[in-house]
Amino acid sequence: MENLQCKCGHINPPGTILCESCGRSLTEEEQNKKLADMRYEGTARRSQTYNKSIIDKIWNFFSSVKVGVSIIALLLVAAAVGTILPQAQYVNVPVRNDATIKAYYADVYGEIGKIYHFLGFHDLYGSIWFIVLVGMLAISLIVASLDRFVPLYRSLKNQRVLRHRSFMNKQRIYAEGDAPADAMQKAEGKLKELKYNVTVDKNGLLAEKGRFSRWGPYVNHIGLIIFLFGVMLRMMPGFYVDETLWIREGETRAIPEAPGYFLENENFTLETYTGEGEEAKFEEAIDRVGSVAKNYQTDIVLYEAPEESLPGATDEMEKVKEHAIQVNQPLKFDGYAVYQMDFRQNELRAMTFDLTNKETEESLGSLTVDLVNPEKSYDLGNDARVDLLGYYPDFSGFEDGEPQTETPIPNNPGFLVRMFTPETPEGEVSFIVIQNTIEPLGDNQYKLTFQGAETRDVSGLTIRKDKTLPILGLGGLIFMIGVAQGMYFNHRRFWIQQQADGSLIMAGHTNKNWFGLKKDLDQVSEHASLPPYTDQQEEIETQEKLKNQQKVEGDELS
Amino acid sequence: MSEDKKAKKPIKKRNRAIMRSAILALLVFAIGYTIYNSVTAEDVEFLRTGDKAPDFVLKDMEGNQHKLSDYKGQGVFLNFWGTWCEPCVEEMPAMDRQYKEFEEQGVQVLAVNIAQSDFEVQSFVDRFKLSFPVVIDKSKSVMTAYNIRPLPTTILVNPEGEIERIVTGEMSEQDIKGFMEEIRPQ
Repeated sequence: MENLQCKCGHINPPGTILCESCGRSLTEEEQNKKLADMRYEGTARRSQTYNKSIIDKIWNFFSSVKVGVSIIALLLVAAAVGTILPQAQYVNVPVRNDATIKAYYADVYGEIGKIYHFLGFHDLYGSIWFIVLVGMLAISLIVASLDRFVPLYRSLKNQRVLRHRSFMNKQRIYAEGDAPADAMQKAEGKLKELKYNVTVDKNGLLAEKGRFSRWGPYVNHIGLIIFLFGVMLRMMPGFYVDETLWIREGETRAIPEAPGYFLENENFTLETYTGEGEEAKFEEAIDRVGSVAKNYQTDIVLYEAPEESLPGATDEMEKVKEHAIQVNQPLKFDGYAVYQMDFRQNELRAMTFDLTNKETEESLGSLTVDLVNPEKSYDLGNDARVDLLGYYPDFSGFEDGEPQTETPIPNNPGFLVRMFTPETPEGEVSFIVIQNTIEPLGDNQYKLTFQGAETRDVSGLTIRKDKTLPILGLGGLIFMIGVAQGMYFNHRRFWIQQQADGSLIMAGHTNKNWFGLKKDLDQVSEHASLPPYTDQQEEIETQEKLKNQQKVEGDELS
Repeated sequence: MSEDKKAKKPIKKRNRAIMRSAILALLVFAIGYTIYNSVTAEDVEFLRTGDKAPDFVLKDMEGNQHKLSDYKGQGVFLNFWGTWCEPCVEEMPAMDRQYKEFEEQGVQVLAVNIAQSDFEVQSFVDRFKLSFPVVIDKSKSVMTAYNIRPLPTTILVNPEGEIERIVTGEMSEQDIKGFMEEIRPQ
């Protein structure tokens, strides 16, 4: 494409619609229009003019608003589809890995579940195509903004005061006619009073106000880009932590993703409303659902290991603080927050047995096995002793005669013991699980009878850290500034020129709020006795309406 | 003047191409990096082959402290296990046999138990007559530092203290032998 030379002599870049200098229409299509296309000031969007190399083609693809809107539409549809079946992180599988999650979708949702999983909808925000799509949106935002902002900025910065008549009379607000000799000076004064920036050149003036409103959309896009950048950072290690920690009463655990910090669970409490006294108002609800929770609370102690200490060395750690974590009252430290999320009650902690004679049922004493830290041998006095040969916290059966444990959690504890009494100094071997005793080496005289158990609760805590929040906040703030800038402020302009014969021509333009523009103009017109103006847009509309009416009437007549 | 403009044109065109390429390349790189992070997030998060193995210190059943960095110059076969984990139990005797072969060649085995009771671990050691040191990670802090998910996981540390290989799942005796040869000091 070639540069376009306007009749005024100015050379415009290819693709320009309105001459940068005088405002004449440069294309035939534009010349035939009644009103000038003032979007981007009639400048050439470069995307539409250079289309040579591959880079230019990619650039132009992303510069298109249609493409941008299509990407947004695709993202919306994808996000909607992602809510149809549950996301993988909320799926309940006993062992969590890729295979079990895949199987879960196939088993529970059938063929649809398989497709859903195959397409990556089960982990939407982590699936590659979704990230690519968001990335393309970011490219589109940046490229489209640059392509429009740069020429618009240049054009508004270099605007001329004197415009060609054909530019003026194609503006929506237009006036021409005689006016008093001092009309220009008076208009200038009034416009300045109305806070317009007025530039005078020879026989014309340009009054302008609120140009920064034109930058609103681009500021808005900068906000969005910052926001997307923050979201991107979340995927980098160290910026975003969302971890679960199950911790039993009495345990001390390293906090996941928080190196050097440890939590001790001192006590977990679940309180429910009694429905009596002051809490009588809950009675109805309690009757209906059984119980109403009043408080979930984990009393914890936070420890910190010295800076130079290594993982595994827990001897030197120091108490930082005690805190009662309740719902909505997290423990906060060093940018982390620890929330109460879940609990399990009544996990076995210790079991008490009596060593009894099977015939006489006489007890030789009792022993308590601490399931967290069982001992090798329990001395009951009077030459009675129980040796622990094996402990299987979650007994699941025998394999090659060896007892097996399914998990390290005492869900179904099994004990292999040897019992010594004055009567049986050689010892009798017995295997005990809840409500069952196996005597593998023949009949015993003695047995361990279960007396009672101690339990403890397990607290489910969530550890969160989000370093991207300030970035997301900044992005949101800039976004809102951009919106306000573009929405609540208008870029208003008036051009007034004195013709050789003494008459005036005047044109007005705003990017939005024509009512406000006319209000300003009314004041100026009255003060300076300008010729009456017309709203050409309204005129075109009423003419069209009239035409339609006549057509309808004509149809009726025939 | 028009000749002047014509001379400027190719420069302008080149500048435009460079500018556009640079912006697009930067954005494509950002997207690629995000995808890379999202794909690898599921694996051992911080640790990759070639990284320095995080140092730690844990006590064994006799109360002796074992510090990883003390074994610099030797290959360390770091095995995370639990008594409830069947494949862990399966590979223990083979590990013990190979340890006896490679001990004098400078390969150390450290078996890290995940927070079980002394009694359970001691019974296990006695049952299999294990000759390498077995340490217990009571607070799970070493497990956290290495981001161990499935058991068994074996981290092979070379004499320079770098991670040579990360193995998840059961190993055959042949595997174990091969891995020990990998980390044996030359």
